[in-house]
Amino acid sequence: MGTKLWLSVYFPDWPLEMFFQGTAGIRPLVVAQAGGGAARIVACNKAARRSGLHPGMTVSAAQAQVDCLDVRVRDAEKEQRSAANIAAWAMQFTPVISLAVPQGLLLEVSGSLFLFGGLEGMAACIRKGLEDIGYRVLLASAPTPWAAWLIARAGKERLLTDAREVEAHLRRLPLGILDQPAATVDALDAMGIRTLGDCLGLPRDGVARRFGQELLDELDRALGRLPDPRALFEPPVHFEDALEFPAEVWQADALLFAARRLFVLLEGLLKKHQCGVQHCTLTLCHEHHATTPLTIGLASPTRDVQRMLGVLRERLGQTELPAPVQSMQLAARSIVPLEPRNLSLFPDAEQAAESWQIFLERLTTRLGSEAIQGIGCCADHRPERAWRTVAPGAARELPGGASRPLWLLDPPQRIASKEGRPYWQGPLVLRSGSECIESGWWDGAGIARDYFVAEGRAGCRLWVYQDRRNARAWYLHGIFS
Amino acid sequence: MGNVGALLQNPAIWRGDQCARQLPGISSGFPELDAILPGGGWPQGALTEILFEQEGIGELQLVMPALARLSTAGHGLAWIAPPHVPYAPALTAFHIRLSRLLVVRPKEDRERLWAAEQALRCGVCKGVLVWADGEDGQRLRRLQVAAGEGGGWGILYRPLRAAAMPSPAVLRLSVERAGGGLRVHVLKRRGSAVAPIHLDLSLRVAS
Repeated sequence: MGTKLWLSVYFPDWPLEMFFQGTAGIRPLVVAQAGGGAARIVACNKAARRSGLHPGMTVSAAQAQVDCLDVRVRDAEKEQRSAANIAAWAMQFTPVISLAVPQGLLLEVSGSLFLFGGLEGMAACIRKGLEDIGYRVLLASAPTPWAAWLIARAGKERLLTDAREVEAHLRRLPLGILDQPAATVDALDAMGIRTLGDCLGLPRDGVARRFGQELLDELDRALGRLPDPRALFEPPVHFEDALEFPAEVWQADALLFAARRLFVLLEGLLKKHQCGVQHCTLTLCHEHHATTPLTIGLASPTRDVQRMLGVLRERLGQTELPAPVQSMQLAARSIVPLEPRNLSLFPDAEQAAESWQIFLERLTTRLGSEAIQGIGCCADHRPERAWRTVAPGAARELPGGASRPLWLLDPPQRIASKEGRPYWQGPLVLRSGSECIESGWWDGAGIARDYFVAEGRAGCRLWVYQDRRNARAWYLHGIFS
Repeated sequence: MGNVGALLQNPAIWRGDQCARQLPGISSGFPELDAILPGGGWPQGALTEILFEQEGIGELQLVMPALARLSTAGHGLAWIAPPHVPYAPALTAFHIRLSRLLVVRPKEDRERLWAAEQALRCGVCKGVLVWADGEDGQRLRRLQVAAGEGGGWGILYRPLRAAAMPSPAVLRLSVERAGGGLRVHVLKRRGSAVAPIHLDLSLRVAS
């Protein structure tokens, strides 16, 4: 394991952005939180700040100061949902994400920096992606999650990777940034201890006695002297929904129509989490009969309803239903992150790749994968081994040498000979000198043949050979179509 | 409404907007042939039918230069139900990019046209060859429609005896060996009738 690198994403305007993503608003607006006694302001927009409001004020004081103040109540549940959505979106950058901080995310990015052109490149991608959907962010990085978080929280944007640099930076941060009770911070302040550096300069046992072990632990976690395991974010792992028919259904069209509704729901969930599925199962339930499960396998993860319906249509076409359908259930158990379209450099190429995938998927579903092949070249002198079937798109090419026929007969077809001359649908006239191919003695499939181009009926040109190992019998091996 | 829709599927009916976005032809690589093909080459977004009596006379070489051009431009090629193995060393000699080539061998004959329809419709395969012996015009009609949707070039290989049957293809050629080359008869094209032409294949045989 190499060294870790954590990138913290801090949303300074988070409570406001819950209500107005990206639109600043010209009227003064504050978000307030009820807690303890009076409701207090936790965030204000620019207009509110210009009117002299600031976080921490009571709502009643603010209302006395500004007419027509727009007050919104903080919605913790909504904030949590949004954080999960953003984390799901950020899965495209790294699978190691922690949501264990308020108003932010922690991403462990050491494994995926290369893909995004380094730390700066990735930070730029993340910033652009989030700003596009209406979030202002502050980004900072450090080898420990807590140091990255403290730096971003302090309003500094520093992409640091070196532990010593991080420590130097942390030492300058004010104590108030720590996750410690206000009483502790105030007490230290009274002693003239204002920055983390000041605090680190104090004797440890004294600090522990006076302010508790938690303060030292927090500093140690930030500096990497204590491990800081983080609960990782996991995207929702499955989708399940069912649909009952008012009357029994036989027709594929009606089934497809109903299935479409389930697929749209699935698509909504996937969209929200920037995810896709590669497999899902539609189970048809009948009365007095076992259920019919239809597996919908896709060539690549998707959330495209049309693609899923296309595969389902083929599956329904192949399946014989034992009885009419009373209800259906759609289950998608493995949901995988899907790269959002807008990060693609070549949208056209991507779209083409996707239609290609859909096309292959459709053929494979109906015809079976063995019916769909690519063909490639092999470096072998034996004509029947100079090619082979490969997965579509995986073909290898070798420069073509001597003239070869476009069609190969596999296996070669034994043809008659009359007076030593080959005969196939009529006598054949040899049009070229012989090409001797003798190869493969080492693997037991050796050949020794003399190949000719021959002309036959209606001027057709054929590739024939005489087998030197088999009484000079004639074979047809190719056709120059 | 459904009836009108079905009626408009008929490739014999031309609609104004279709004329307007008529795609230019794909150069066949044979100047003599391009000269007599409407659009200056093989028709895109439509079916071409090639009829022949005897295989091995150059019926595939006829389309190779255009297929090579499509594949090197990054388009997909699909060969559906070929009668033999398309031989990789010869294909590369004709400058076909093998990584763009897909060979589809349905187990049952009735799946051939379905696969061809999918290939034409998907829009990624710009050259779709299908060997469709014994298929009737009604089923082939769907291919012409799919080609119109996907914008690709559909090539239908059929035996010469099918010449007497109606075909939805916009271009129908029959080919035969003559001298060192190929004699091409245009049975049907958009435009007036034209005399047979002779193509010299030896110039384009793999080097």
